[in-house]
Amino acid sequence: MSLYEHVFLARQDLSQAQVDALAAQATEIVEAGSGKVTKTETWGLKSLAYKIERNRKAHFVLLNIDAPGAVVAELERQTRINEDIIRYMTVRVDEHEEGPSVMMRKNERERKRRETREERD
Amino acid sequence: MARPFFRRRKSCPFAAKDAPKIDYKDVRLLQGFMSERGKIVPSRITAVSAKKQRELAQAIKRARQIGLLPFIVK
Repeated sequence: MSLYEHVFLARQDLSQAQVDALAAQATEIVEAGSGKVTKTETWGLKSLAYKIERNRKAHFVLLNIDAPGAVVAELERQTRINEDIIRYMTVRVDEHEEGPSVMMRKNERERKRRETREERD
Repeated sequence: MARPFFRRRKSCPFAAKDAPKIDYKDVRLLQGFMSERGKIVPSRITAVSAKKQRELAQAIKRARQIGLLPFIVK
């Protein structure tokens, strides 16, 4: 079994519930092939640096996967078929990060900064 | 010895002990090593070591792939 990080981008006009359903679907595929999803992170609707299939924004979801390569191949195959997913990327990593990734920490940092600013004003 | 054009060699920003980890998800960090046009800045300017520059380039290219960073800024 290898460790992977799987990021996929869902179309901007989906609701959060639909995005969560997509994440659940991916988890199902992994678990059907004796793999494990150790962490699911939804980064929410983020604006893209460039347009992808006429989308200016996209829902980002990150899955940390511990599964054999064949399962990842299957997950990618299913992902390619799904038209709600505009892009995906799977990266093999040596170890999974503990706790929330940089993306989540950044959101927190910004929120904290905003709060302190509001207090000051 | 008078060496008029001598400048102290800067050390790699990723060599320090508490240096940040190069990660394709860390957009803020990666942006610091890109030009305004969105190009990767050469290591002779940023003083990143060759090994870390390769990691950095890899991370920037991954971030571009998933739309976190631009390929070019017009």
